Amino acid sequence: MSGTFVGMPAFPEAAHDALADPTLRGNLRHATRTIRAKRARAVAELPDWARLRAAGRRIKDHTLRHLDRYLEQLEEAVTAAGGTVHWAADADEANRIVTGLVRATGESEVVKVKSMATQEIGLNEALEAAGIRAYETDLAELIVQLGGDRPSHILVPAIHRNRGEIREIFAREMGDWGRPAPAGLTDTPADLAEAARLHLREKFLRAKVGISGANFMVAETGTLVVVESEGNGRMCLTLPETLISVVGIEKIVPTWRDLEVFLQTLPRSSTAERMNPYTSTWTGTTDEDGPAAFHLVLLDNGRTDTLADEIGRQALRCIRCSACLNVCPVYERAGGHAYGSVYPGPIGAILSPQLRGTGSEIDASLPYASSLCGACYEVCPVAIDIPEVLVHLRERVVQGGPAVREGNRVVLKPAKRHAAERAAMRAARWALTHPAALRGGQRLASRTRRLHPRTLPGPGRAWSATRDLPPVPAEPFRDWWQRTNGGRDDGK
Amino acid sequence: MRVALFLTCVNDTLYPDTGRAVVRLLNRLGVEVDFPVDQTCCGQAHYNTGYRHGAEPLARHFAEVFEGYEAIVTPSGSCGAMVRELYPRMGERARAEGRGDTLARTLAPVVPRTYELTEFLVDVLGVTDVGASYPHRVTYHPTCHGLRGLGLGDRPRRLLEAVRGLELVELPGAEECCGFGGTFAVKNADVSAAMGADKVRNAESTGAEVLCAADNSCLMHIGGTMSRLRVGMRPVHIAEILASTEEVPAV
Ligand code: SF4
Repeated sequence: MSGTFVGMPAFPEAAHDALADPTLRGNLRHATRTIRAKRARAVAELPDWARLRAAGRRIKDHTLRHLDRYLEQLEEAVTAAGGTVHWAADADEANRIVTGLVRATGESEVVKVKSMATQEIGLNEALEAAGIRAYETDLAELIVQLGGDRPSHILVPAIHRNRGEIREIFAREMGDWGRPAPAGLTDTPADLAEAARLHLREKFLRAKVGISGANFMVAETGTLVVVESEGNGRMCLTLPETLISVVGIEKIVPTWRDLEVFLQTLPRSSTAERMNPYTSTWTGTTDEDGPAAFHLVLLDNGRTDTLADEIGRQALRCIRCSACLNVCPVYERAGGHAYGSVYPGPIGAILSPQLRGTGSEIDASLPYASSLCGACYEVCPVAIDIPEVLVHLRERVVQGGPAVREGNRVVLKPAKRHAAERAAMRAARWALTHPAALRGGQRLASRTRRLHPRTLPGPGRAWSATRDLPPVPAEPFRDWWQRTNGGRDDGK
Repeated sequence: MRVALFLTCVNDTLYPDTGRAVVRLLNRLGVEVDFPVDQTCCGQAHYNTGYRHGAEPLARHFAEVFEGYEAIVTPSGSCGAMVRELYPRMGERARAEGRGDTLARTLAPVVPRTYELTEFLVDVLGVTDVGASYPHRVTYHPTCHGLRGLGLGDRPRRLLEAVRGLELVELPGAEECCGFGGTFAVKNADVSAAMGADKVRNAESTGAEVLCAADNSCLMHIGGTMSRLRVGMRPVHIAEILASTEEVPAV
């Protein structure tokens, strides 16, 4: 397994492989079910959950509507506090900026606190190409990095691994990256955590450059916020001399008061905790305390294009709590890797095809990676109507239509391989607006019902490979209705 | 009271027994039922697969066929949700695309008058005991569009609990999707089958003879999986249970 998602197969094929792996299925099933039940209990404790959810949605919508204004306010505040703001239109530009900043320090190592934005742009690979080694310090991220693996969950990137696998990875790989795992390492959580602690401590104390993301940015003061459970973030944010934060432009909230809402909804939705164990905030630089230089790289990478879409833009409200992943029956079976992005699960299915476009096979297949059961919408703390966006993006895949790409209005062509389906849909529409034609088809099906195989040819084969078709009845309802005068003459 | 039965294209073609059960049940409760024979399909398959424009003529056809009825009753949570939740959205989108108010105006009258069967019984007729008898052990699967789309809540359960002889047993993981999802069952067949198999295993663990739901599309998927896995349970639509009496028991 490689560290990047480039050239992924379409979702159904990737899911097929995951389904064939019983360990993976067991790990996912266990983890998602446990957290799901805990989240429900943590949310039920708050009598005003519905209002918090509505408030979160309102604040995010308001901010997105005036994003330009709040971003300018943020830039001013960060600059006034001694930080430097950089704007990155896409992944390449962001990687160039960060690589340049690290090089300027003369360092060849950085410590990182888990950041989805840097994973989204493939920063670790870019740094490596420039001869700079990036050490992940979040426990789950460390497991993924040491395992040469890809993250498969927003919050618990190594959710697909069990304790035995983790012990194995630590014992095998830690020595190559720094302090080796202690001899006789067992797979108890305490032992594994201690091994990671010792391994990481060395890095924290040595590193001169830290790289982070942020959960929020407060426009009024230029403050960045990270919430976490392990304390590794706090180490990365305070010990190095230079701190570089790479953050998506949608992570902004106007004021500290707005933050209050999310500091309640985020922990309960994500880890089912009432509060995050560590909430760190940082504003520019402070004399003789913390990093002497602070750089904020504001990342667009498809976000303003997404913002231009009336229906799809609600995906930018996401606070990355991962609640939608944990309730999603498709995620539970297919696993996070099948989504081909650092954003797996329901949110990934609507975010990736917007940030990256629907040009690739994987991106065109993502809007269909859902049964539209609605569990994700119900659970989302900022009320993103994920099913609505999925259907909207399906429309884009099969029919094309207007969109904004790199700031330009374009008309997208339908994705390839949908011509046969389109023709079938057109034929069905015709039959269904001509009742006589439908009736004719039903009668034909009934008359020939003994000839019907219980397996189907063509695309229907996928259905009958695992399920039996119901037998066709002797007469459709409408014929019964007419023959019996609405049931009045039945049995007479 | 006179209502229109919107049976849905799937029921009309594959499950006429469900249609007959709805007619028998409503007649028994003193409701006169009409079946406008020009009805076809609500357009859900088109809409959910990404063919919103293809769904529009179907929605318009629906509105024309059912225009003028006081109430439109359907034994399908997902088709009910299509009309109630998604028709208004289709109207809005047409307006946003600069095509004016015509679609929204055509669809508006049928939207608030469309009821899923259990909703109609409990909310409009005000009954939970429909005088049914069904001496079997039953487990109930609340389908996604009924549960989260229409918010049917405990209405189906209340109706089932009032049925004489019926023993209702809890289904583990009841609120999880069965994996049907319309074209999802074909486009992501492997995941869909895995979800279906889990649903069937959960149902099997209850020891019930019958798995009941208010939507035949989900039952087709679950029943097809049961048949393939050789699980000796029957999928039965709730209408058939509610229509069953001591004199005329369900088959
Ligand atoms: S879409 Fe909603 S539920 Fe999913 S991660 Fe984002 S905020 Fe959480």
